[in-house]
Amino acid sequence: MYLPPKSSPHTTNKSSTQNLMLRVILATLPAFLVSSYFFGIGPAINVALCIIFAVSIEAFIVSLRKRPVSYALKDGSVIVTAVLLGLALPPFSSWWLVLIAIGFAVIFGKHLFGGLGQNPFNPAMLGYVVVLVSFPVAMTSWPAPQTVASSDALAHVFLGTPWLDAWSHATVLDTLKNNHSLTLHELWQDYPYSGWISSNSSEWINLAFLLGGLYLLYKRVFTWHAPVAMLLALALMSLIFWNGSGSASNGSPLFHLFSGATMLGAFFIITDPVSSATSNQGRFIFGLGVGVLVYIIRAWGGYPDAIAFSVLLMNLCAPTIDYFTRPRTYGQRKAKRGFNPGDN
Amino acid sequence: MTHWPLDKFHGGIHPPENKSQSNQGNIQYPPLPKRLIVPVLQHAGQPAEPCVEIGNYVYKGQLIAQNMTAISASVHAPSSGTVTAIGPAPYPHQSGEPYLAIEIHTDGLDLWQEPTPEINPSTLTSAEIFHIIQQSGIVGLGGAGFPTAIKLSGKIMSGIDSLIINGTECEPYITADDLLMRERADKILAGVDILVQLTRPKNVLIATEDNKPEALASMQAALGSRAYQVVSIPTLYPSGGERQLIKILTGQEVPSGSLPIDLGIICQNVGTAEAIYNAVVLGRPLISRVTTLTGTALKQPMNVECLLGTPIEELLEFAGLDKQQLSKVIVGGPMMGFSLGNLAAPVIKTTNCLIAGTAQEFPSPEAALPCIRCGECEQVCPSNLLPQQLLFFAMGEQHEQLKAYNLPDCIECGACAYVCSSKIPLVQYYRAAKADIRQHEQKMAKAEHAKQRYELRQERLRLEEEQKAAERQARNERLARVKAAQEQAAKQEAQQAQSTGSISDDELKHLKIAASMAQVALRKAEKQLALHDTEALQTQVASLKDAAKQAQDALAAAQAQLAQSWATSSPAAAPDEALKKAKIQLAMRRAAVKKAEKAETDEASLNSLRQALQQAQQQLEQLNQTHAKASSTENTSTEQKTAAVPISDAMKKAKIELAMRRAALKKAEKAGASADELTQLQLALSEAEKNLAQVSSPNNPG
Amino acid sequence: MTLILTAVAVLSLLSLVFGALLGFAAVRFRVEGNPIVEQINAILPQTQCGQCGYPGCRPYAEAIAAGDKINKCPPGGEATIQALADLLDVEPEPLDAAEGEKTPVVAYIREEECIGCTKCIQACPVDAILGSSRQMHTVISSECTGCDLCVEPCPVDCIEMRPIETDLRSWKWQQPARQYQIIASDKEALE
Repeated sequence: MYLPPKSSPHTTNKSSTQNLMLRVILATLPAFLVSSYFFGIGPAINVALCIIFAVSIEAFIVSLRKRPVSYALKDGSVIVTAVLLGLALPPFSSWWLVLIAIGFAVIFGKHLFGGLGQNPFNPAMLGYVVVLVSFPVAMTSWPAPQTVASSDALAHVFLGTPWLDAWSHATVLDTLKNNHSLTLHELWQDYPYSGWISSNSSEWINLAFLLGGLYLLYKRVFTWHAPVAMLLALALMSLIFWNGSGSASNGSPLFHLFSGATMLGAFFIITDPVSSATSNQGRFIFGLGVGVLVYIIRAWGGYPDAIAFSVLLMNLCAPTIDYFTRPRTYGQRKAKRGFNPGDN
Repeated sequence: MTHWPLDKFHGGIHPPENKSQSNQGNIQYPPLPKRLIVPVLQHAGQPAEPCVEIGNYVYKGQLIAQNMTAISASVHAPSSGTVTAIGPAPYPHQSGEPYLAIEIHTDGLDLWQEPTPEINPSTLTSAEIFHIIQQSGIVGLGGAGFPTAIKLSGKIMSGIDSLIINGTECEPYITADDLLMRERADKILAGVDILVQLTRPKNVLIATEDNKPEALASMQAALGSRAYQVVSIPTLYPSGGERQLIKILTGQEVPSGSLPIDLGIICQNVGTAEAIYNAVVLGRPLISRVTTLTGTALKQPMNVECLLGTPIEELLEFAGLDKQQLSKVIVGGPMMGFSLGNLAAPVIKTTNCLIAGTAQEFPSPEAALPCIRCGECEQVCPSNLLPQQLLFFAMGEQHEQLKAYNLPDCIECGACAYVCSSKIPLVQYYRAAKADIRQHEQKMAKAEHAKQRYELRQERLRLEEEQKAAERQARNERLARVKAAQEQAAKQEAQQAQSTGSISDDELKHLKIAASMAQVALRKAEKQLALHDTEALQTQVASLKDAAKQAQDALAAAQAQLAQSWATSSPAAAPDEALKKAKIQLAMRRAAVKKAEKAETDEASLNSLRQALQQAQQQLEQLNQTHAKASSTENTSTEQKTAAVPISDAMKKAKIELAMRRAALKKAEKAGASADELTQLQLALSEAEKNLAQVSSPNNPG
Repeated sequence: MTLILTAVAVLSLLSLVFGALLGFAAVRFRVEGNPIVEQINAILPQTQCGQCGYPGCRPYAEAIAAGDKINKCPPGGEATIQALADLLDVEPEPLDAAEGEKTPVVAYIREEECIGCTKCIQACPVDAILGSSRQMHTVISSECTGCDLCVEPCPVDCIEMRPIETDLRSWKWQQPARQYQIIASDKEALE
């Protein structure tokens, strides 16, 4: 029998896509634990629901596409999407809300484009944005830390018992957006929980995400370019437009870096290689763009947080960034930039 | 070791080195194989032409295949023995296809043709050294096998900037250069001396990776007072790539599409330097090389100095091959080598390593997952390409995009595929795409070439046609002029003709015309006479008869005179002329027959025409015979000299006849002739063939 | 009133200026379009074989430009049809030839049989046959396009078309076998 020869190299290193995905999931563990400390079983329910829905939906879609299910599932990418979305959604979200979010993420965000590696948008952020614009009240109803009992929470998530006002607690970004008459100092007095800047659970969660992100950076799962650029841009923007502690202040750089989904975005969302720019330089620009957009929307836009919108907007720009940031190949006088004749 | 400033190239990887297995002992010498398979293509470029024949006895080092073009290298007999076969034989190539090789059964004596004294290279001129290198079949021994003489020709005459001796050996497993530098540093340096003499470089850099401290020390120790730099560079794959090494050592990048020599840099492998020493000083062509035998399926991994043409299986068995364990044999390193299909294939000049791997060592590749654009390939690409983009374009066969993304600059080092977490065989995509692009470009170039030739031909045909038309016109004009002049002078000439006694062709023609005109007038008058019988007409006819007779007489006289003059002036010319005339007559009759055939004339007239044709043919034959006789009697000596000529003439004639009969048969077949006619024609054809066979058979006297 | 006049004057001036600008640009930055016939001709394989029914590639290119079908070129095969379809933005059609696509060939003259009639030389569109009257002819195989126009005129049938020789130097890598296509249907169509 004639076997077509296989080209060199004959060895490869130990890295695998599954391994990569496993590392990302591992890196979310600190944030998951911190989040669970504040919100009890909320994050756990979110993540569990997300994973169950995501895997079932993906299996269904893949079989519709007449592809072997185990082959598509074994890369584990859908679990990463599910975990990230589960952590991004407010704890104790209703099951149907989770289903819609993850359904959009997997079907529209991933498989309609051809599955793993083909999607132009980050699936988790796509699902998040869909429910954010569809159900703004539910999506901005973050519970106050350590107030909701597990049984009540379960009843709300699965049986649809109404959300009690007493549980609700506006996020710091919300507070900042809606209370321009108070000084920052007065604002933060309402938040008795531990913390040194914003006195809120979000900063601990952000720190946990930062920890996980640094682990991934250390393991060379991604390069530093995109996260550093994003954090840099966000810090710079907030520094430029921060007017001390006045009531109309947009918050200090530290405040912006450690509130909302900043660190989740910086290390887990914009580092998604599929939907971001290609080259190192391109990723830096991509990160800068996300950082600037996040600040613009937070400070002057209609939504308190903006990671999802900024990432999706920059996903749109990624091909263009790629066009203009091709590296200079060895032996070429200069990098080929821009649109070449013959590009279609 | 002096400090030399180092640059670095983009990317690179650190695969497990696996070098310690094979670099423990000394270079070993395997026993002389009974059978050597020496392919005529052991290098990049054109194959050499075998210059021995089956059954020849060859000495060790004797030239057995000559390079016919510049980008080629000669091949020499690795040992003494008898040439037993020249033909396709197993060949170490990824395709597994055989290639033309010269097989030598060794006699065990290992005899050199003649002992040559050691030559001091400083007594040789550059041209002489260059000639020796070219004749010794030396090619780059690092793996690519580019003929060394080419690298040393051209722009080097004015001296070069840097001579880089590449002992980097960055691929895992391979330790051949390492051992060579440890054991034969003096020979390598002597080879480098020769290269220096030839190229007069400003710097000589001997580079090796810092994972070979013994080799470094050995080279440093052998250096003596030479002003060469032995440079240790950080271990990183693929720093041994020519372009990458140049970047590390000089900070310069070899521009895409050009060669290191364009920067004034020449890069040679340490093994090549030793081969140059062997060739120039010892007078030994390249007939053996140091090859690493390694892999976990071998009991004693080692380095051997083996004869080119040694079957790979024999070498592996020498190193303790465990066939049960063997999964695949890789020729070259694991990063850029290829897996061997047939173990009977021989070692050739480019075979720097043989890895007998087990299934654990080289597991069969996992199924590839989709690319997630993780970008790791881009981080390690030594050419700073975008491998993930190239993959998409290669899958879609978008050749324009591939070129725009600089696929031609890919060195196929395999770093991208090595780090790919989705286990995509990237290099194979690139190789396939490169091959497709090359093929397409060749096709386009050929089409363009054909178009040019076609257009040139059309232009030429047009010009020829124009020229012909112009000539025709000119000829017609000239004829008209001549005619007019002739008519004027006709009468005078007719009168003068007899008196002068010498008659030209023209005059003869005029006489003929006059005679025939007289005849025509006579006939007309006779017709008139038959119609109206008058006295006036009768007298007219009589006078016309006289005139016609006169004209005829004049013509006859002139012809006789002319014949006489021919006979007197040139006796040989007469038969020639007659022959020509007969031939012309024959051709005319033939044409008449053809015309008649075409015009569908009745059988009777056709037959008469055919008879006339036959007559003409007979006449011609007669004339031919007489002519032949005449010429044979006249100059027998020349005929003796050219005895072969009539034979070939006869053969040609027979051939032409054959062709004509064939054509006739074809025509008849096309025209749908009856079976009888066809069989007749076939008979005629077979006869003609027999004829030809007879004529062309050597026993036939002619 | 002056307002209207001013408006008219300004608008006229503007249109004049922009008109001049556009006119200048049209002349200065004119794109030298490659005539379509040239582009088509560049895609055709230039074998000049006439198998399309036209006496050469250029006439066929002109015919295509005038609306003839693009599937009449057997030497070019599917690749040429695809390229033409891309260029002209039409649907590719299957090759219109009895034998379908052929392997590339070159003419070869069995020299011992050649009688030197020069008929093949006259037939060769690219001057790839060498020889003169009553002299044995031979094909310069590197110049031969494999059009087989020389086979028919030969009175002694000494010309044959031989496939171009291949050895391992013309061997080339194939793309690795794909695991799965993105869309199932394209694979199932083959099954």
